[in-house]
Amino acid sequence: MTTQAPDATVATGGLLSHLTGFVDALRGTGIPVGIGECIDTATVFNTVDVLRREDLREGLAAVCVKRPSYRLAFDTMFDLWWPLAVGDGTAIGSGDGEGGEGDPDNPELPTNADGEADIEAWRKMLADALLNGDTDLLRRIARNAVSALGKGAAGGGRESYYSYRVMRALSPDTLVSQLLAGLLKGADKGGMQEAVARQTIRDRLAEFRRLVDAEVRRRVAEDRGKDNVAKSTVRPMADQVDFLRAQSDDLAELRRTVHPLARRLASRLAARRRLGRSGRLDFRRTVRASLATGGIPINTYHKPRKQHKPELVVLCDVSGSVAGFSHFTLMLTSALREQFSKVRAFAFVDTTDEVTEFFTPGADLPTAVQRIGREANLVWFDGHSDYGHSFEAFEEKWPEAVGPKTSLLILGDARSNYRDPSLATLRTIVGRSRHAYWLNPEAQRMWGSGDSVADRYADVIDMQECRNAAQLAEFVHNILPGA
Amino acid sequence: MTTNSSAKASNAPVVPHRPHFSSVDEVLAKLGEQGYLADRATATTVYLADHLGKPLLVEGPAGVGKTELAKAINGAIDADIVRLQCYEGLDEARALYEWNYKKQLLRIQQGNATAAASGETWEDASDDIFGEEFLLSRPLLTAIRRTDPTVLLIDEIDKSDVEVEGLLLEILSDFQVTIPEMGTIHADRRPFVLLTSNATRELSEALKRRCLYLHLDYPGPERERDIIISRVPDVAPALAEQIVRTARALRAMELKKSPSIAETIDWAQTLLALGINTLDEEAVKTTLGVVLKHASDAAKAAGELKLN
Repeated sequence: MTTQAPDATVATGGLLSHLTGFVDALRGTGIPVGIGECIDTATVFNTVDVLRREDLREGLAAVCVKRPSYRLAFDTMFDLWWPLAVGDGTAIGSGDGEGGEGDPDNPELPTNADGEADIEAWRKMLADALLNGDTDLLRRIARNAVSALGKGAAGGGRESYYSYRVMRALSPDTLVSQLLAGLLKGADKGGMQEAVARQTIRDRLAEFRRLVDAEVRRRVAEDRGKDNVAKSTVRPMADQVDFLRAQSDDLAELRRTVHPLARRLASRLAARRRLGRSGRLDFRRTVRASLATGGIPINTYHKPRKQHKPELVVLCDVSGSVAGFSHFTLMLTSALREQFSKVRAFAFVDTTDEVTEFFTPGADLPTAVQRIGREANLVWFDGHSDYGHSFEAFEEKWPEAVGPKTSLLILGDARSNYRDPSLATLRTIVGRSRHAYWLNPEAQRMWGSGDSVADRYADVIDMQECRNAAQLAEFVHNILPGA
Repeated sequence: MTTNSSAKASNAPVVPHRPHFSSVDEVLAKLGEQGYLADRATATTVYLADHLGKPLLVEGPAGVGKTELAKAINGAIDADIVRLQCYEGLDEARALYEWNYKKQLLRIQQGNATAAASGETWEDASDDIFGEEFLLSRPLLTAIRRTDPTVLLIDEIDKSDVEVEGLLLEILSDFQVTIPEMGTIHADRRPFVLLTSNATRELSEALKRRCLYLHLDYPGPERERDIIISRVPDVAPALAEQIVRTARALRAMELKKSPSIAETIDWAQTLLALGINTLDEEAVKTTLGVVLKHASDAAKAAGELKLN
């Protein structure tokens, strides 16, 4: 790559080593930054105005971050390595909190007679800022609120900053009805206006939370040094989040990553199927076309190859213990359902029912999941997972579902509540199928512990650990196309 | 077959790259003149791509203005745009170059007739038929060979097969194309290369490494309102605000196809044409088809917005 020679600008050793330290830290969080990109980061310094911090951030991001899921980790690292410089407009970062350095744009944040924060006045200001969508004011409130309200004991006699303390003190969630009234300005409640206004409020609350989180990261970094924080504050990327342990926040994030993933997987499967579509030479067409070139067959034509249509049967545990996982796998099932002509989906808790019809192309996924819970006949005895009975029910009611052309995919944690695992039934089903795989959302070291019969099933069927979106992507990449 | 190197194919280094923009603010202003309201992140990335002379990969959901960005840059640097629309099955012959077989065949046949008289040998003829005259250049080669300012737009790269990415690597890293029969053709003037992708599949690391990366998402409410107002100047700001907020509510619903910016602009135009100046239930109900393109989406939206 020949760009401007990175000559004098990066000769300053301190800056250069700072930069390589930053790149190393990025690599540490799992963002792959190549050598060429590392050189480019130096060129970024040469090119953008480094005093404009946001330009620097975006410039480095353009070079280092090649995937949206890396962005949060990058921003965290950037905030740690290039802490807020003075001179980007607002007087912040001095650490003395209460704002108001005689700046007319930065009004004194309210305190009561004792010099302590006046929560009610803060909440009022926050409500105004949320109502008007005033990002600048929100940012200022976030900064001051973190330094005034966010401090708490961190163990070992030290103090640290926490966003939950800020959120608890200001409890912006309780402002919703007030904001709603403000946004609706007397319009009728209950209609479309309210639905729209609620979304606007959700957006703005999320923005405020983001600002507070960023400020907390910054303050913590100031106190404890960036290396410490880098190790502890970076959350795992969405595709690394454990299905079984996903919090509601993570789930929303996971959904956002998984949705394109499922689509991507589906399109990859489709592409693999369509590849190599040219089959035997179509002699007749080739000769006819050669007439245009004096009998020389320049373009050859081929008959389309007969398509081998894979049939897929998905058996999915939808009991409470694997809720996060099963929601996700149903999502995948629906993506596959739209892609293949022959996918049959079965769900089970302690008995099995076919749920294929809920995934008609174009059907809405959350509705489908709700209907499965409501309409499908999944509970036979007490609503605790019973793999053995589920397999028996499956074998009894749909013996024709799995045949020599079928790939079977079982999704579940194999925790059967100490009931008969019915290995023989599974062995029969697997024996009849063309391929059979089991995806288990539990860590492999947990298999066989407690009521898990995973290790016994694993003797019968090819069982794989599938704890996060990344592992699933790998599985599909490696195995499904051969189905 | 003999390898025939033309003068152009010498190993001359690429002519030093001349940036078009001198600052991020200039990028913002010039894109603004083209009617493209970029945020600072976009402008910074464009500025960097221009300065480093690197291709820019723009990824994001459909309808956030990726292709529009290419067009705006094209207008801002007063260039011509060469566009390669990717699709499944796109191959070298459609993307890079192709030999004009029919013309070559004619040349050989005509050669046969005169060969006896002029004493022309097969070597002469074969040198001849792999010359400039018989080369059909496709978008990538065209962009490399142009001497005027050029924007090369490689649109929807994720729709193409994986092999196409391999094809692009030489161009994206060295701005050159190697034609086995002729040699290597270097760019006289580096085109501004923009690749767009909807991220329906993961692009290869090799491709990403050669590009700067910009993830373009739906704009914030203020900016989207400004975009609508700049594109539909007659719309009242209050109505634009309502459109943006409703569109954001629709996007939060996980529809099959979220409303894009182009569609919110269409919506504003439709409402204007119908003489509607507040977006109430009735107005949304009659015009929902402008923004939602699936029956199931429309039903879902109607339910969640409580239109019935």
